[in-house]
Amino acid sequence: MNPVFDWSFALEILPTLGAALVVTVQATVLGMLVAVTLGLALALLRRARLAIVSLPAAFFIEFVRSTPLLVQMYFLFYVLPLTGVRMSPLATGVLALGVHYAAYCAEVYRAGIESVPRGQLEAATALNLSRWDTAARIVLPQAIPPVVPALGNYLVAMFKDTPLLSAITVVELLQQSKMIGSATFRYTEPLTLVGALFLVLSLIAAWGVRRLEARLQRYGGKR
Amino acid sequence: MSLVPEHLAELLPPLLQGLGVTLRIMAGAAALAVPLAVAAGIGRLSPIAPLRWIAAVYVEVFRGTSALVQLFWFYFVLPLFGMQLPAMLVGIVVLALNAGAYGAEVVRGAIRAVPPGQREAGIALNLTRGQIMRRVVLPQAIPAMLPPAGNLLIELLKNTALVSLITITDLTFRGQLLRSETLRTTEIFTLILFLYFVVALLITACVRLLERRVRVR
Repeated sequence: MNPVFDWSFALEILPTLGAALVVTVQATVLGMLVAVTLGLALALLRRARLAIVSLPAAFFIEFVRSTPLLVQMYFLFYVLPLTGVRMSPLATGVLALGVHYAAYCAEVYRAGIESVPRGQLEAATALNLSRWDTAARIVLPQAIPPVVPALGNYLVAMFKDTPLLSAITVVELLQQSKMIGSATFRYTEPLTLVGALFLVLSLIAAWGVRRLEARLQRYGGKR
Repeated sequence: MSLVPEHLAELLPPLLQGLGVTLRIMAGAAALAVPLAVAAGIGRLSPIAPLRWIAAVYVEVFRGTSALVQLFWFYFVLPLFGMQLPAMLVGIVVLALNAGAYGAEVVRGAIRAVPPGQREAGIALNLTRGQIMRRVVLPQAIPAMLPPAGNLLIELLKNTALVSLITITDLTFRGQLLRSETLRTTEIFTLILFLYFVVALLITACVRLLERRVRVR
């Protein structure tokens, strides 16, 4: 009476999981927006001339990259309210994802910036451009396009880290499937479906990143 | 927040106990992940198609699904098939399977980076396939594997925090317990983050040392 995998039950819970998938995708997209902007800021701070700016930035990047996202999430979730900042669990989770991946993105931007030929910088100096103009109009337009695929890989990685949001009470895909499991005592279908959804979506995303990479190469995005 | 010595004396011993569990899990998973990574990495380059497929499916499944989902799947679903494993074993095995899949890509990349002339020279010298792999290709591929393997080890350390969600009292879970006992939330989570950071720094230092030794030879 209890098949190993009950397809009709799986079909029945699919809409509920679909609704939770929306939260997962939301968290991924918002988290990535935080990560790419904060990451660029961190990369620029790290390159600052003043050591009091660049050293803390370097330490922050290193620290965030080598400590677990789950603990960072707990830190924001439990400590921020003590300092008077009130945020929804989803917003806290998005912030944690964003800050964690910003540290990774900063390294990606750094690689991009360092791959811009020196002559470009020297030409900008010869043309008497300000430091800001050099960065915004000469260096970054050449530094960012080649690293877009690398950023895309981190988007996929972040997507796979969203289940951690379940630890801070956000009802995303994994939490929803656990709730279905504890209500029906059937864990096989919901958890297997969640795994399959993650697999399919991240394979599609990885394929998209590869296509983007090929396209950038064709248009001379890679030096 | 104030980290005065008496707080440290109160908080640090239980946290260090948790750190011991974390390190044990990391060591166990790493020891299991290395042979998995080598087998799957070489498997993906095998001339035997079914071996290639098995290795590819393993790598794609464990890289494509989330580590936490894998952990819950093994923890909640396997018992329904009559496989009741202790949480600790589930944690070690799943983290090893996950790290092994990422490691397989490192092994594959490093092997493919060995110039084809090396392999051809092995064939010309009438070495067997196994000999070419063991005596010619791998010794040249291993130095290239070390830096990414070090990064993966740090990823593994970070992933061990996930086992706190399947009731293992690792460093993170200890912190949660301690938080509900003492309510020194800020101090506890700051300490935990720094403990993980120190371990990560030690791993980086060890890998650097190893890289230098391999390069000298």
